[in-house]
Amino acid sequence: MDTYGKGIFKGLMVTAKHFFDSYLDDIKWWGKRYYTPEGLAHRSSKDAKGIFTVQYPEEKVPVPEEFRYIPFLVYDESETGEKTIRCTSCGICAKACPPQCIWIVRGSDPNTGRPVPQPAEFTIDADICMNCGFCAEYCPFDAIKMDHDYEIASYGRNLLNKEALMKPAKYYAEIRPLNNAREEAARAEKAATKAAKA
Amino acid sequence: MTTPAPITTQFDLAEKFPGTVSADARPGYAGWIVAPEKLTEVAIFIRDELGYDLLSSVTGVDYLAEGLMEIVYHVYKTSGGPALVFKAQLPRLDPVKVASLTPVWLGAELQEREIWDLYGIHFENHPDLRRILMWEGFDGHPMRKDWKEAFYDDEVKPFKSRWPEGKHAFAEDRSPFGDNVSFEAGFDPEKWTATDPEEALYATLKKYKTVVKDGIATDHILVNMGPQHPSTHGVFRAVVMLDGENVVSLKPVMGYLHRNHEKIGERNTFLQNMPYTDRLDYFNSMSNNWPYAMAVEKMMGIQVTERAEYIRVIMAELSRIQNHMILIGMLMNDLGAYFTPALYAFEERELILDIFEAASGSRMMCNYHRFGGVVRDVPAEALQKLKDLVFERLPGKIDEFDRLLSENEIFVSRLKGIGYLSPEDAIRTSMTGPMLRASGIPYDIRRADPYSVYDRFDFNVAVRYNGDLYDRYLIRIDEMRESIKILEQALRQMPEGPVMSVKPTYQVKVPAGEAYGRIESPKGELGFYVVSNGKPNPYRYHVRAPSFINLTSLEMTCVNEKIADFVAILGAVDIVLGELDR
Ligand code: SF4
Ligand code: SF4
Repeated sequence: MDTYGKGIFKGLMVTAKHFFDSYLDDIKWWGKRYYTPEGLAHRSSKDAKGIFTVQYPEEKVPVPEEFRYIPFLVYDESETGEKTIRCTSCGICAKACPPQCIWIVRGSDPNTGRPVPQPAEFTIDADICMNCGFCAEYCPFDAIKMDHDYEIASYGRNLLNKEALMKPAKYYAEIRPLNNAREEAARAEKAATKAAKA
Repeated sequence: MTTPAPITTQFDLAEKFPGTVSADARPGYAGWIVAPEKLTEVAIFIRDELGYDLLSSVTGVDYLAEGLMEIVYHVYKTSGGPALVFKAQLPRLDPVKVASLTPVWLGAELQEREIWDLYGIHFENHPDLRRILMWEGFDGHPMRKDWKEAFYDDEVKPFKSRWPEGKHAFAEDRSPFGDNVSFEAGFDPEKWTATDPEEALYATLKKYKTVVKDGIATDHILVNMGPQHPSTHGVFRAVVMLDGENVVSLKPVMGYLHRNHEKIGERNTFLQNMPYTDRLDYFNSMSNNWPYAMAVEKMMGIQVTERAEYIRVIMAELSRIQNHMILIGMLMNDLGAYFTPALYAFEERELILDIFEAASGSRMMCNYHRFGGVVRDVPAEALQKLKDLVFERLPGKIDEFDRLLSENEIFVSRLKGIGYLSPEDAIRTSMTGPMLRASGIPYDIRRADPYSVYDRFDFNVAVRYNGDLYDRYLIRIDEMRESIKILEQALRQMPEGPVMSVKPTYQVKVPAGEAYGRIESPKGELGFYVVSNGKPNPYRYHVRAPSFINLTSLEMTCVNEKIADFVAILGAVDIVLGELDR
């Protein structure tokens, strides 16, 4: 029969290893383990040991490109500073949205009353949004995209109107460089075929 | 491994029971329709003569236009093979009544209660037919097609009010009470008198009785564990009758987190349900998407690309590893080994979730599957990390868990021989997943009825034979090791190629019919029963939740154990309230 306590001892060896690792790793990475991008990367790599804790909010884990949080509307800025929103008010995002939190009033020409491809109002009830990303996925005009900014806690309800939702194309290119490059290439190709046809 | 030949599905039940059973001839449907008066007789034949011992799923469908209520049963053999599906159709005239099949398969108990609650179908001879998800005194049966919620907006999504005249309005402003409630016509709060809603519940437990022994009178006591109790992993409640410290009888009480997931699902379009499945078992959203995608893909008749199949397998197995680690960590919390193992588990889970986040965009609400594949390929960097974890880190960490706990004498004495569930009882109560396999039944859907590309991998079905808590712990370690094996093979075999077999679209066309998709989720059999009538929204959307059905045996495993062990027994079932209450 085994000595009573052998199993406990075996387990304690594991805890002891974790305990010492937390000091050894701190010493090994002296001064660089915390509050530096390398240190943070090390702590979420396959070799991570010791303390895993991220000192939020002083330190923030960089989010991957595909990270998605609350959508925003992309606008292009001309040299004169004029903002043109990409959205054509086609309504696809409003139809695809699972909790139905996108509300769009289609724009109309004040003279003729005919619909124009511009939203008059665009509202997202961000408290109902489930961050699924469908709106960005299925928008045919690359006009609505998912944000990376997750620090949106507030005291009231987050009812976002068109102004609050608008962000420049530059910002989009910054947070999602690969996606942006791919979409730009696709748009250029489309424009080229169109030009060739004309 | 090849799929066992479906011999018995060819068994002609209609020939055996002429006039009682007929083949379901509706286009897109399969299985047998059984005359309700002969249901028990046919069920016993199916169980005893044909050998379908495991009742997997029971659910109702309200065919309002046809004036019918239908009950759909999916039964399997624990030796493997495809399902036998049979149905009973009842005229939709109150009271809708049918014989309970709980005496035949005990696993029907909670599911029939759910059907009674949500559809108002009365099961005769059911041992304890009370509401289960809705509260006592709730008005109506919400899954009926003619029942409307207080926030009712439109029959189906997309709601017409959102575009092109989508002036925003808060839903609660539309309800006269400014809240998510509705009342019967003529309801007068002044005239209402309260009745104790718990009376019926307490009456189902063994009655208080006083025993006088050696001149000392001892009484039984009734204890409510939960709904606010740290051991219940959420808002779950168990009412326990105790004799001293020993459990005499126990009733699970649930529904505190009920949000009528299935009703929402029937208002949603097919694709819109995908992110909702994430919210069931929120520890495993990566594998929750899968059976739903599978069911809809079956109806659509589309294939999934090779690469996407591998990605699905890889993500599901990673999900299983982190689920089991957390389960073990939390089980230790329940037993008093406060948080050290749990935090070790969270470290590995963090690393796994990093991969989920890079691939899907979210750590917990992945929403990764689409009909025909997955939304996007795994980014190169994440794939590298995934390989590093699988080949270099996780196997060692699983061994570390094994060393940390498996032989710890205190831990072993708390688990060995506790919460025994015999193999017969495990099958009878429709256990699936680790619960069933720890009782000695090597039933794993990945092998018994292989889906996706699981037939290409060499792995063992983990099985343990003692049926106690210790085995339920050990089997999780075994399963993690098998998952690593699968992951290693999948990563080596994974071909290049597209991850979607069809053009992505938010409007999918699903031909009329029914389908049942199921996978071996970390908690057991996760199944989705979906009915389409050719419209953009599913006509019926049902979740066969392992967390829910695995509670059928809870009382059985707790009786005669100590009340302190209840906490561990419940912990080892592995429930998640999001999935349990739906
Ligand atoms: S954001 Fe895109 S999908 Fe939505 S209305 Fe505008 S153009 Fe259409
Ligand atoms: S992310 Fe999803 S829930 Fe949020 S607005 Fe877009 S479609 Fe709707």
